[in-house]
Amino acid sequence: MRRIIIRRLVQIIPLIFAVIVMNFVLIHLAPGSLFDVMTSEQQITDPKMLDQLRHTYGVDQPVSVQLAKYIWSVMRLDLGYSYRQNAPVFDVIMQQLPATLILMLAAIGIALLVGVTAGVLASIKVNTIWDNLISLGAVFFFAAPSFWLGIMMTVMFAVKLGWFPVGGMRTIGVDESAFGAVLDVMHHLVLPATALGLFYAATFARVMRASMLEVARLDFVRTARAKGLSGGRVVLAHVMRNAMLPIVTLLGLQLGTMLGGSVVIEAVFSWPGIGSLLFDSVMSRNFPMVLGVLVLGSLLVAVCNATVDLLYLRLDPRIKAR
Amino acid sequence: MIMGSKAGPAPILSIEDLQVSLFTRRGVLPAVDGLSLTVSAGETLAIVGESGCGKSLTALAIMRLLPNPPAKIVGGAVRFMGRDLAALSEREMQRVRGKDISMIFQDPMTSLNPVVAVGDQLIEAIRRHNDVSRHEARDRAIELLRQVRIPDAERRFNDYPHQMSGGMSQRVMIAMAIACGPKLLIADEPTTALDVTIQAQIIELMKELQSSSDMGLIIITHDLGVVAEVADRVAVMYAGRKVEEAPVEALFERPLHRYTRGLLGATPSAQRRRGSRLVEITGNVPALSDLPQGCAFQNRCPDVLDRCRAERPQLAPLLPHRSAACFAAEKELSRDAAAIGA
Repeated sequence: MRRIIIRRLVQIIPLIFAVIVMNFVLIHLAPGSLFDVMTSEQQITDPKMLDQLRHTYGVDQPVSVQLAKYIWSVMRLDLGYSYRQNAPVFDVIMQQLPATLILMLAAIGIALLVGVTAGVLASIKVNTIWDNLISLGAVFFFAAPSFWLGIMMTVMFAVKLGWFPVGGMRTIGVDESAFGAVLDVMHHLVLPATALGLFYAATFARVMRASMLEVARLDFVRTARAKGLSGGRVVLAHVMRNAMLPIVTLLGLQLGTMLGGSVVIEAVFSWPGIGSLLFDSVMSRNFPMVLGVLVLGSLLVAVCNATVDLLYLRLDPRIKAR
Repeated sequence: MIMGSKAGPAPILSIEDLQVSLFTRRGVLPAVDGLSLTVSAGETLAIVGESGCGKSLTALAIMRLLPNPPAKIVGGAVRFMGRDLAALSEREMQRVRGKDISMIFQDPMTSLNPVVAVGDQLIEAIRRHNDVSRHEARDRAIELLRQVRIPDAERRFNDYPHQMSGGMSQRVMIAMAIACGPKLLIADEPTTALDVTIQAQIIELMKELQSSSDMGLIIITHDLGVVAEVADRVAVMYAGRKVEEAPVEALFERPLHRYTRGLLGATPSAQRRRGSRLVEITGNVPALSDLPQGCAFQNRCPDVLDRCRAERPQLAPLLPHRSAACFAAEKELSRDAAAIGA
């Protein structure tokens, strides 16, 4: 077991390296740079001054040298300095990361709960009105873009009904106890997490339904019924247990896209996570920050995937720990 | 020659005029048509027939485990210890399954849940019908594994099905089936998926368990070797109907129905001269959707009569303790009787 964990962690290193190189190249192919943005904002036009600044920021060096320097600093766990926030990139990201993690975890929770329940229900009531309604819902939430869903939900539940706040993560100007603060965050969390989670819930529901129906036809389910188990017990202990395996695979694959999806949702709900940080940084060509977010993001996804693999190992004894 | 010594008092299971239909797009097909059977305590009944003759459906119908759709019991009664199983509610039936009637299946490798340790699957069966603690159930489960001759039972208890061979898995299935001391065990082709030496061991084990517990046994098979080994009585099925029933020795000595004769002729044996061809039954089983008028076996029968094409032969007691649904056999027997009379 420990060997697998170590091997999975070692595999992350070349991945991160590739992420850095690719994104570094892509960023330098894009027009404009932080330097251009800053100098034009400060209205610096003196060529001498510009040259001096170029030298200070190191942008007068060839791209390959810049890349090598960046990789070297990442290896020393230094993601660089953001001149825009006037703080180390790592600190800024760490400040924003918890918000994104909360949003992602809540969205995953909602997606699993809603998706798996809907899939199981649809498979039990297969080819009935319930099955059709669930399939219809799944198609809808799968097809609806999450930003549109977010906006519609804001209009409905925040503006018209006033049940939830329109955006943000905390109520400004209220100093509450720790418990009150948690409740406040959860209240703010409901709409963005639902908007993000429902898309994935739709996928999970469809996969779960198909997987349940497939497993239900297998011989061991008949054995379970021949033992005299009740219908509910057969579904929970035998069918679902096996039908969950594809869901776990899917979950691992979707963690990455979920991080991408949260960028959009954070923008819609002005959620102060790394998604909105990334968005701002791209717009201001704050490349150290963009690279930092991408590096940490890929690290996060890689670690999540490794966790899912380990989870799979526990769920399916047929996959031997080799 | 006359058997029936074991056909003691009242049967524990008696199936009366059972009808199972398949509801398909091509219409309603009579998969089991008017089947009647009885099994007594301690008795072994073999149901024999080709694939698709309705023998497995009969077993599933007794357990009320028919895949629905498409299969459904549409008539008849399944009386077990005085109760009609076909009329029980699903909840009542759940208390019968695994406790009074157990079943083992053809493919042991797929009949166990792959992600649950075999010991836990045994415990589940024990605790479903007995009010015992997990610890007691565990002891009982290990005891059962020993009883079905699984070596090193305590360690095997934690194994997963993929870590076991086919024979081992079938032993676990048998342990699970006898866990609650059933009155009747239905074995649906229990040895078909196993290799020959293992087959013999499994058959031996089942015989042994039966003799020590006096349970009734229905063994469904197309292997006549198995039939000769274990059965007291044999029912031969063809195209959803019982065409012959006889004590096992009588059947092997003198099969009456022409189909039974064909089956016995198609069985390889060590005595037969090497190089001699097995006698095959020509043609194919007619599709259920396309059963001919008259006898379903008419197109493959070597002794077919005009009457066979016009009229369906009914099961009739042609000799003591045995019956067959065959006009050719009737004719042959009456000729024999005339010869003796003359």
